[in-house]
Amino acid sequence: MRTISPGRIALIATCALVLIFLILPVLIIVPISFSSARFLTFPPPSLSLRWYQQFFSNPAWMQATRVTLTVAIFTVIIATPLGVAAAYAISQSKLRIMRFVHMTLLLPLVVPIIITAVGIYFVYVRVGLVATMPGLVLANVMLGLPYVVISVLAGLQSFDPAQEMVARSLGMNRLRSFFAVTLPQIKSSVMTGGIFAFISAMDETIIALFISGGQYQPLTKRMFTALRDEIDPTIAAISTLMTAASFMLVLVASARQKKAG
Amino acid sequence: MLALVSPALLVILALIVLPVGWLVWQSIYHDGFTLENYRRIVTEDIYWRSFALTFEISLLVTVLALLLGYPVAYLANAVPRGWSVLILALVVLPFWTSVLVRAYAWLALLQRTGVINQFLRYLDVIGEPLALVHNTFGTVVATVHILLPFMVLPLYATMQKIPGDLMQAGASLGAGPTHAFLRIFLPLSLPGVLAGCTMVFVLCLGFYITPELLGGGRTVMVSMLVSRNVELYNQFGAASAVAVVLLLSVLAIFFVVSRFISLDRVLGQK
Repeated sequence: MRTISPGRIALIATCALVLIFLILPVLIIVPISFSSARFLTFPPPSLSLRWYQQFFSNPAWMQATRVTLTVAIFTVIIATPLGVAAAYAISQSKLRIMRFVHMTLLLPLVVPIIITAVGIYFVYVRVGLVATMPGLVLANVMLGLPYVVISVLAGLQSFDPAQEMVARSLGMNRLRSFFAVTLPQIKSSVMTGGIFAFISAMDETIIALFISGGQYQPLTKRMFTALRDEIDPTIAAISTLMTAASFMLVLVASARQKKAG
Repeated sequence: MLALVSPALLVILALIVLPVGWLVWQSIYHDGFTLENYRRIVTEDIYWRSFALTFEISLLVTVLALLLGYPVAYLANAVPRGWSVLILALVVLPFWTSVLVRAYAWLALLQRTGVINQFLRYLDVIGEPLALVHNTFGTVVATVHILLPFMVLPLYATMQKIPGDLMQAGASLGAGPTHAFLRIFLPLSLPGVLAGCTMVFVLCLGFYITPELLGGGRTVMVSMLVSRNVELYNQFGAASAVAVVLLLSVLAIFFVVSRFISLDRVLGQK
C-alpha cells in the first residue's frame, strides 16, 4: 500500500487553497445578486429577486444589453468567415509572406489593449465612428479575429489537404470542395473560434470606454461607470447573468471539441 | 490565397496598425516635430514614477502568480486524468468570466463593509475594518487572480511533455524525490515558467481595469496615465508618447523572450 507523504499533503492543501482563491470570487457574486439588502451584507439577510427586477425594468440597462448582444452577434457573423478564410489561406499557402501575415493577425493579443483603445479612439474621431454601432462592431471584429484564426488553424492541422485535392480531381471547384469536404471536418473548431469571439465581444470593456457613447453603450461600459460611483447590487445580478452566459458558451464549445477529438 | 487573407488583414491593419501608427506620429508631431512629450516622461516625476510603479507591480504579480500557479500545474500534471480535468476546469472557468465582473467581485470581497472584513469582525479578529482595497494591495490581489490562468496553462502544457520515466530513472539512480525534482523536473519545466511569466508580466504592464477600479486613484499605473491624459487633460501628445513607450517595452520583452522560446508557446493560450 502506498502511503501519502507529508510533502504531498502540503502540495494538495496548497493547490486546494489556490483553487478556492480562483473560484470563490466568481461564485460570491451569486448570493450577493439574490440578496434583499440594499448594502452588501454577507450572508444575505433574505433572498429576493429585486436586483434582477431592477435590471430588467431599467430602460438604460436594457438598452445596454441590446447593444452588447447586437455587437457580439455581428462580431461573430463578421469575424468567423474572415478568420476561417485567413486560417485556411495560411495553412494551405506555401508563400513566405504567410508567416508574416499570421503574426500580424495575432497582433491584437500582443498590443496592450489600452494602447489599441486610445489609438482607435483617435482614428474614430477623425472618421466619425465614435459612439456608433459600426465602430463598436469593427473594433470587436479585430479583437475576435485571433481567436478564430488560432482555433481554426489548430483544426486544420489535423485535416489532410489531400482529401480536398481528391474532391477537386473529381471535378469540384475549389470553393465547392472547401464547403463540401473541408468545412464539415473543421466545423467544431470554427464553432469554438466563433464562440470565443462572441465571449470576447460580450466582455470587452476598455475599447468601449473610449469609443462608445450615447445610446450605443454596451453593458460593460455602463457597469464600469456605475462601479466607479457606488456598489449597486444590480451589478451583481448583471455579473451573474453574464457569467452564466459565458460558462454555458464555454461548455458548448468544449463539448463540441470533445466530440471532434 | 492572398485574396483570402486580405479581408482579415485589412481589419487588423485599419484597427491596430493604423491606430498605433497614429499614436507614434502624434507623439512626435505637433505643429512640427518635437520630442517634448518624451522629454516629459523622463523628467517629470509623475511619469517615471508611474512607470517604475507599473514595473514593480508587474514583477510582484508575476512572482506571486508563479508561486501560486506552479504547484497547481504540477499537481494537475501528476494526478490521474479525471482529477486533472477538474483542476484545469477550475483554472479555466474564471478565465472566461469578464474581467470587469471579477474586479467587481473583489470589490465586494475586500471593501470596508465587504465579505472579508465582515467575516473577520464576526470572528472578533479585528476591531476596525482593514483597508484591503482602494490601494495597491487590492490591485495586486485582483490582478493576480485575473492573470493566474495565463501562468498555469503554459506551465501545465510544458509539464505534460516531460516524460514521467525520467523521474523514475532519477529515482532508480538514487535521487530522492526532492533531488529528482530539483535536478530533473524543475529545469525541464523552465520553458513553461518563462512562457507563463512573460504573458503575465506583459499583460500586467498594460492592465487598466483593476488599478482603475481597485487602486483608489493612488495606484496610477501607466495605462491610467494614458487614459487620464486623453479623458481629463486632452493631452493627446503626452498620452501617445506614454503609449508608445509602453508598447516598446512590451515588444522588447517579447523580442528578448523569443530568443529563448518560440513565441507560439507564449501566445498559444486562451
